[in-house]
Amino acid sequence: MEGFSDFWSTYSTLVFTVGIHALLALSIWLTLACGLLSLANAAFMGIGAYTAALLTLNLGWPFPAVLAAGALAPAAVALAIGVPTLRLSGVYLAMATLAFGEVSRVIILNLDITGGPEGLNGIPLVTEGWHIVLILAVVAYGLARLRRSRVGRAFEAIKEDEVAARLMGIDVDRHKLFAFTLGAVIAGLAGALNAHYTFFISPREYGFENAVDILTMTILGGISSLIGPVLGATILTLLPELLRFLHDYRLAVNGAILVLVVLFLPTGLWDSRRIRAWFARRASR
Amino acid sequence: MLEQQLLNALTLGSVYALFALGFTLVFGILAVINLSHGAVFMVGSYVAVLVVAHLEAPLWLGLIAAMLVCGLIGLAIDVLILKRLRARNAPHLIPMIATIGVTIVITSAAQGLFGVEVQRFPEEMLPGGDFTVGEVHVRMVEVVIVAVAFLLMGALFLALRSTQLGRALRAIAESPKAASLLGINVEGLFHLTSFTAAALGGVAGALISLNFNAITPFMGQPMLHKGIAVIILGGMGDIRGALIGGLFLGFAEVISKAYISSQMGDAVAFGLLFLVLLIRPSGLFGRVLERKA
Amino acid sequence: MSMLSIRGVGKNFGGLQVLQDVNFEVPGGSIFGLIGPNGAGKTTVFNLVTGLLQASSGTIAFQGRDLAGVAPHQITRLGIARTFQNIRIFRDMTLLQNVMVGMHHLVDYGPLALFFATPTCREAERRARERALELLSWVKLDHKAGLTADNLSYGDQRKLEFARALATEPKLLLLDEPVAGMNPAEKTVLMEEIRNIRDRGYGVFLIEHDMRFVMGLCDRIAVLNFGRIIAEGAPEEIRNHPDVIEAYLGREDQPEEASV
Repeated sequence: MEGFSDFWSTYSTLVFTVGIHALLALSIWLTLACGLLSLANAAFMGIGAYTAALLTLNLGWPFPAVLAAGALAPAAVALAIGVPTLRLSGVYLAMATLAFGEVSRVIILNLDITGGPEGLNGIPLVTEGWHIVLILAVVAYGLARLRRSRVGRAFEAIKEDEVAARLMGIDVDRHKLFAFTLGAVIAGLAGALNAHYTFFISPREYGFENAVDILTMTILGGISSLIGPVLGATILTLLPELLRFLHDYRLAVNGAILVLVVLFLPTGLWDSRRIRAWFARRASR
Repeated sequence: MLEQQLLNALTLGSVYALFALGFTLVFGILAVINLSHGAVFMVGSYVAVLVVAHLEAPLWLGLIAAMLVCGLIGLAIDVLILKRLRARNAPHLIPMIATIGVTIVITSAAQGLFGVEVQRFPEEMLPGGDFTVGEVHVRMVEVVIVAVAFLLMGALFLALRSTQLGRALRAIAESPKAASLLGINVEGLFHLTSFTAAALGGVAGALISLNFNAITPFMGQPMLHKGIAVIILGGMGDIRGALIGGLFLGFAEVISKAYISSQMGDAVAFGLLFLVLLIRPSGLFGRVLERKA
Repeated sequence: MSMLSIRGVGKNFGGLQVLQDVNFEVPGGSIFGLIGPNGAGKTTVFNLVTGLLQASSGTIAFQGRDLAGVAPHQITRLGIARTFQNIRIFRDMTLLQNVMVGMHHLVDYGPLALFFATPTCREAERRARERALELLSWVKLDHKAGLTADNLSYGDQRKLEFARALATEPKLLLLDEPVAGMNPAEKTVLMEEIRNIRDRGYGVFLIEHDMRFVMGLCDRIAVLNFGRIIAEGAPEEIRNHPDVIEAYLGREDQPEEASV
């Protein structure tokens, strides 16, 4: 037990971070599953984090209520911007969500209540390890259920062929809005949890780079199942620790991974079809 | 003073336009949002400062070196990455994601090679001979920037408008398939476009660092965002739109910084951009090239 | 009584008039064919009926209800399903999933029922799965239900698209060149299946290029040429109609009788 508690005191932060990143990767998985490339999820995380932290600091709300607010605030924003934005397709949507992310960041940077560039300090450390595990488990379970339901099938149909999906009686706009908003809920939860265990948040954590990091995790893992994003989040969180010897070049590895995956593993590390085929081959041997 | 602000705006705007021109060219011809354009811009600054400050070469050589090096980087990105994705017929978001990876690699490499501390041109290497027109103080640097930017943009417009090459490129922008049936070397022109676009991005980086004289590995990303704003304002893939959009953004930014608040200037630009996307995705000034299959 | 009525319908793209004053009625419980040379505007008619395009003039009504401004997914829910000339199945999904997508609006349960996997939810999914297998067995693809759709041969892809369209429980089935790219044996089989569909009470409205197929199958035919209806009637009348002969012989893309 001695060994474990040593390990835990050294690496608990890392394990927490894996959990938060896994939530974020799942949040963007949801939109990608619907064929949407949204770069707004870092901003949704930020909105969740700031909402939660401000409610704790200024109003002293109980933690569950704070978490709920941290999930609902970005959801409300997602609903409001989703209706006009989701009409855009492909790169236009990516650009619009990127612009939204920048606007959110600059606004947070310039408001008084958010502490401007200095951010918010002294957020009580109320997030426990089991909170993250529990919420991650509930989210993963919920998404797994969703994936195997009529909604999950509709998402996949929309991703493959929007017109054909419409003609199958699917209300495409509503499903896209749902995916976008639920993604914002998950990202907001991740933000709220994160704010209450890092003590400090600032606008720098919710910019374009962070949106890209989240995307990288999901693309690396693959979007054919829920295992992919979680796997990608785990690898990209642990990798920098293993690559400390590379110093400033560390991040280059992330970039190179992104390029190599796109070029040579277009379905990501965890492609459920490939893995099923692999097992089938082994079984038939 | 308004006149002084207008000069600032013209200087900034012409660099934005030059930068956005390369960006929009790649979108128009290759149908790719090349998000590494900002990183290439940053490399242009470093190349120019290395050549001028460390090799003590004249400024014009620094600008040419920036164009060449960045052009080659753009070419490499096309040959090593985008070409393979084209061959595979990857969905159009995939090349965009790949160029995000390239951005991370280039930025991180610059950070490793040069560190995060600010690099500068030695003052004495910058063109001198500032003068005053009326009450406006004009720096020679600004004259150089505006002149070089407009010279290059003019050359590009001419090349696109009145040469055989320009006609071939316009054919590709309409439909690569049809163009290749007409006997146009589509792949070759994709490479050339990537080279030219990156060279323009690189020289834009060199020019802007003459103005602000503060070069860091992170200067590419805010510029990339401005580039995105410009090409959305101007219409994606629209060459003339990039010029007007770039100048427009320069003016909007300088004026809102001067008269509203220094930080909210960025929010104004992006808020505007966001609205434009929602109301008129084809851009304020331009039309989107409708690509036929 | 007619199921689908098209009255005075016109459609312009920019300055180009693709359809002009098109009138016809598609009756229920029978097979109606719309034929015409390439580029006559047949697929545009389908796009108007399914709500993918809006008519520039005239009205399209389904069972007495005006379809103007009704969204495509709502039109599907009213009971119109279609297939595509260039086959638009969901290639990365299994056959079973493809057909189950078609039942989207028929499988109903709330988010809570889904999350907690309540009996209602599981029962609804189970029934959908069974129904999907039944539809796949109609087109003799049930033994491939678990395969991914991109593994299918061309003919099987058409059949899958057919089953998927039926899964929406349409009253009227729109088939866009259902035998394109099929060999004569496959055509004969498909003809039989379309008759079966009609005999089960569905209305069938098809666009076709292959004259022999249409003549042998349809109860009633309308002919579209340069965006106008030039003839309408039973197959016998159409076969001998001078304008129709003119329209087909006067052009290069003749009916593919030779290929049958």
